[in-house]
Amino acid sequence: MIELRTITKVYKTKNGELTAVDNVNLSIEKGEIYGIIGYSGAGKSTMIRLLNGLEKPTTGSVIVNQEEISAISGGKLRAARQKISMIFQHFNLLWSRTVEENIAFPLEIAGVPKQERTKRVAELIDLVGLTGRGKAYPSQLSGGQKQRVGIARALANNPEVLLCDEATSALDPETTDSILELLLDINKRLGLTIVLITHEMHVIRKICHRVAVMEAGKVVETGKVLEVFQNPQAPITKRFVSQVSGTNETRESIEQILENYPSGKLVKVTFVGQATEQPVISQLIKEHGVDVNIVHGSISYTTSGPYGTLIVHIDGTEEQVQTALHVLAKHELQTEVIEHA
Amino acid sequence: MLSQLFPNVNWEKMTEALYETVYMTAVSTIITFILGLAIGIVLFLTSPYQLWANKIVYFLTGSLVNIFRSIPFIVLIILLIPFTKFLVGSIRGANAALPALIIGAAPFYARMVLIALREIDKGVIEAARSMGAKTSTIIFKVLMPESLPALISGITVTAVALVGYTAMAGIIGAGGLGNLAYLEGFQRNRSDVTLMATILILLVVFIIQYIGDFITAKIDKR
Repeated sequence: MIELRTITKVYKTKNGELTAVDNVNLSIEKGEIYGIIGYSGAGKSTMIRLLNGLEKPTTGSVIVNQEEISAISGGKLRAARQKISMIFQHFNLLWSRTVEENIAFPLEIAGVPKQERTKRVAELIDLVGLTGRGKAYPSQLSGGQKQRVGIARALANNPEVLLCDEATSALDPETTDSILELLLDINKRLGLTIVLITHEMHVIRKICHRVAVMEAGKVVETGKVLEVFQNPQAPITKRFVSQVSGTNETRESIEQILENYPSGKLVKVTFVGQATEQPVISQLIKEHGVDVNIVHGSISYTTSGPYGTLIVHIDGTEEQVQTALHVLAKHELQTEVIEHA
Repeated sequence: MLSQLFPNVNWEKMTEALYETVYMTAVSTIITFILGLAIGIVLFLTSPYQLWANKIVYFLTGSLVNIFRSIPFIVLIILLIPFTKFLVGSIRGANAALPALIIGAAPFYARMVLIALREIDKGVIEAARSMGAKTSTIIFKVLMPESLPALISGITVTAVALVGYTAMAGIIGAGGLGNLAYLEGFQRNRSDVTLMATILILLVVFIIQYIGDFITAKIDKR
């Protein structure tokens, strides 16, 4: 559906050249929700703009929907853009138009006759849950409602691809969740391919199927969301994962425990899917005579199943502890002995 | 009662002068609006990072605007005499004032248009582009409606300035209230005529300002 081949984007600035995207290869399947995560300045804004030709790559090619976006221009590019819509962090609605008129705007651009426009707009307003707000102006809406208008506007011309540029970053957590659910719903119902960029791992966890992690213009890690959560490779990915699993906040308590209990082992256990439902810990205590002290625990839900982390302190004789570790490994749990915080 | 307060005022002449002032202001405001808007949009679109980013066009248009904006209006009228003669056939009468009024005011308004357009959120233009909008669609459906309150308040300020310009143009024979105040009031030392002309000019200015403010408030949905 979407193919990025050896993409490099270099900006010429007063202080020399700036490589925003550095030799990136990506491929995104039809109907998939693909997340690109990175801190600001990682090049993700440029990446997403390459997909609808708002930016042209310095080298490499961008193919969306069998059309080489990086090579076309003029009327052909404009026609392609009608099938690749975009929603924005700051919504970018026209304040001078009502909700209805905003949603009708892409239809006007596509040359849809007035009668059909009115019908389509009404459908879209219902779809995004804004029934009855059609005559309101954007200034009368809340952030979440504005983004719903943005989404309705983006869906007007029945696009194949929806690009989300930090679409939830300006919203509060609760509104973020409702917008994410709407996106997930749209993806399922319309089979729309969604590409989103964000700096919040929460967003990736909640709706993405696959994720690419970007740092300094490069894609440092890609994979299925659950796998990346379970077994992050790059240091930056580990940082993003700890954003959601909350292990960052436990750093201090880990240090404390390492100091207070020189004996025993501190173990981080990662559960995926079925494993989250087995009583492993109580089994350890009952059958192997070790003391288990829970330092931290959390469960997160991704689109492809639950995923949990547990940090425990296991104490007992050297032998007991070793057996306990073996037992954990036998349950196909990912275990990692923490030597220092 | 009025004829006691203003004994020297010839009301017929005064009404005609008022009509000429309103005529000159109205026509020049309309043409200035169109011309200034066009120049302002060209300036905006050719400025760096915009849709038609073009250093040469931007520099040339900008310089032209700056030159005509800097020439004092009274000097501009004199400079434009040959041009006016060619265009209108005479340098007397209300129509003869129009070229100078428009050329004096359009660059002034073009700058205000540029400022108004720069106030538009860049994201909105980007959103329109992402929907596949043509530049003409962006101009008429994004740039103009999104900056309309500023465009209207700008043309209001320009129209008020134009009322002042018509009075100056009056001195070299264009007619209107300025002309009347100068010839009948000042040169014949009839201060009641000058006063009455002033009152009428103020009235015109207030009405323009009121209409401008009203429309601006009405259309601003932010």
